[in-house]
Amino acid sequence: MILFVVSIFIFLLKDALSLFGAYGIRYFLFGKNWLPISDPPKFGMVPLLLGSLYVTFGAIIICVPLGVCSAMFIAEVAPSHLKHVLKSLVEILAAIPSVVLGFIGIVWLGPFLRNMLHLSTGMCGLTGSLLLAFMALPTVISISEDALIGVPKAYKEAAFGLGATRWQALWRIVLPSASSGIIAAVMLGIGRVIGETMVVLMVTGNSPVMPTSLLQPLRTLTATIAGEMGETVAGSEHYFALFAVGLILFVITFIINFIADLCLRRARK
Amino acid sequence: MWIRHYDKTQCRQAHHKKERLIAIMILAAGLAGCKETVKPGEPTGFIQVKGSDTIVNAAQMVSEEFMKQYPHVFIAITGGGSGVGIASLINKTCNIATASREMKPKEIEIAQKHGVNPKEWIVAYDGVAVIVNEKNPVERLTIEELHRIFTGKATNWKEFGGKDLPIVTLSREVSSGTHMYFKEEVVQLGKKDNKDEFSNKTLLLTSSQAIVEEVVNNEAAIGYLGMGYVSERTKALLVSKNDVAYPPNIDNVQSKKYPLSRGLYFYTNGEPNGVAKLFIDFTLGPEGQKQFREAGFVPIGGGAIEQKN
Repeated sequence: MILFVVSIFIFLLKDALSLFGAYGIRYFLFGKNWLPISDPPKFGMVPLLLGSLYVTFGAIIICVPLGVCSAMFIAEVAPSHLKHVLKSLVEILAAIPSVVLGFIGIVWLGPFLRNMLHLSTGMCGLTGSLLLAFMALPTVISISEDALIGVPKAYKEAAFGLGATRWQALWRIVLPSASSGIIAAVMLGIGRVIGETMVVLMVTGNSPVMPTSLLQPLRTLTATIAGEMGETVAGSEHYFALFAVGLILFVITFIINFIADLCLRRARK
Repeated sequence: MWIRHYDKTQCRQAHHKKERLIAIMILAAGLAGCKETVKPGEPTGFIQVKGSDTIVNAAQMVSEEFMKQYPHVFIAITGGGSGVGIASLINKTCNIATASREMKPKEIEIAQKHGVNPKEWIVAYDGVAVIVNEKNPVERLTIEELHRIFTGKATNWKEFGGKDLPIVTLSREVSSGTHMYFKEEVVQLGKKDNKDEFSNKTLLLTSSQAIVEEVVNNEAAIGYLGMGYVSERTKALLVSKNDVAYPPNIDNVQSKKYPLSRGLYFYTNGEPNGVAKLFIDFTLGPEGQKQFREAGFVPIGGGAIEQKN
């Protein structure tokens, strides 16, 4: 398994490094223009990276409070028959194909947001964030729920014994005790969102602009690879540049998963 | 022929079942390009055609007609953009690349490095239509005005006699030949030394259909696409280069009055042979050209140009 990941990394690294022979790594990492077919081409990935971060940030802001509260409700409040129904609903949520969500974004959510917020176009970061939040919800809910259930019963009983209400016990005792697991849930949610491709390719407008708000079109790392890979000639500069983008994405998700793993381990102790 | 022989030597019942089995096997072999069931001299084979989204529908229609005449030739047609077609010609994963733009000198150079010698065929002409929402009062724009809109120098419809709305520019992804054509002719005004780019606020959409959808839904949007995609739900602008503005239609493209007129191309690796040659001849012939006309494009060597000269 580790061998697999390492070989993927080496494969990406090899092709990404080929770019830096011809194109300065400084311009790639700090360039503000992504103009791959111009003459000479410019492969500045800052707008793409920021695009990805903006959309992810937006999605997490929406998804985490909703996800953690749902998990708290399912784990601590809901009666057991409702618990089963809700859990299977969350699983169904996870099974919706991303291209279907993207389609909903194009025909319904985008135009809806444009009219609601008087935007110039509905193809913007916020549309992507909302749909991605929806996609990350199942991950966040089920992992934080596990973390909440994992908190020893004795903690809660002790709190009740000291005269705490149910809400106080849940909010002040159970939630902080489960915090490592919840952070892990958030991290895995981020990993899920940042790597998602189809939805953002379909709904965010893909303009390689330096994003300043979520209400404008932006272009993410993943959408760039998906949108441009088909036309590149194997071995061209553009082809290697897309691998370099892939490498950046790999490093980001690797770090996020690593943090999530650390948190999960701490939670288990 | 050996089926006959087999027929006589076997008893009736067993033969019936086995013959059916053999028929299926031969059918399968036939699909794989086997010549046994084919009349002598009849062409067989498989052609992979890849590239321009502008051409894909027309090429599909041509290939259907072609396969009616030559039932043992199989043609697979896929889109993705002119860049995709040219890349796969260079990567040797298709027989014919379709493109809505000419190959760039740099691409030809790369192709030759990979041992591919691209040969160009013009198969039809097309106008690039500029479309806006039906509610947009603007009727006509000059190339210069389009240039200012798509480079981001002009940002409000008010400037062109429209409503007070910020302009939303739509473009295809960079793999599109129409994107390249539009960039050269409008964004860079057809000048080789012009380094202007699409405004980075331009939305890059993945298909011509996505552009149509956004224009239908968004009053402030402006986009461009091949003439064949213009529908009733959107409004195609009249475009002028110097003084008179012309709508994109077959006559104006044929007479080159419409300023955004271009060729549609097939590319092969060197001189095509066998079925690929047959298919190209068919496409350039009257039956193939009829399909291009029906798909909304302008046939080559079609009436108007020849008569004028």
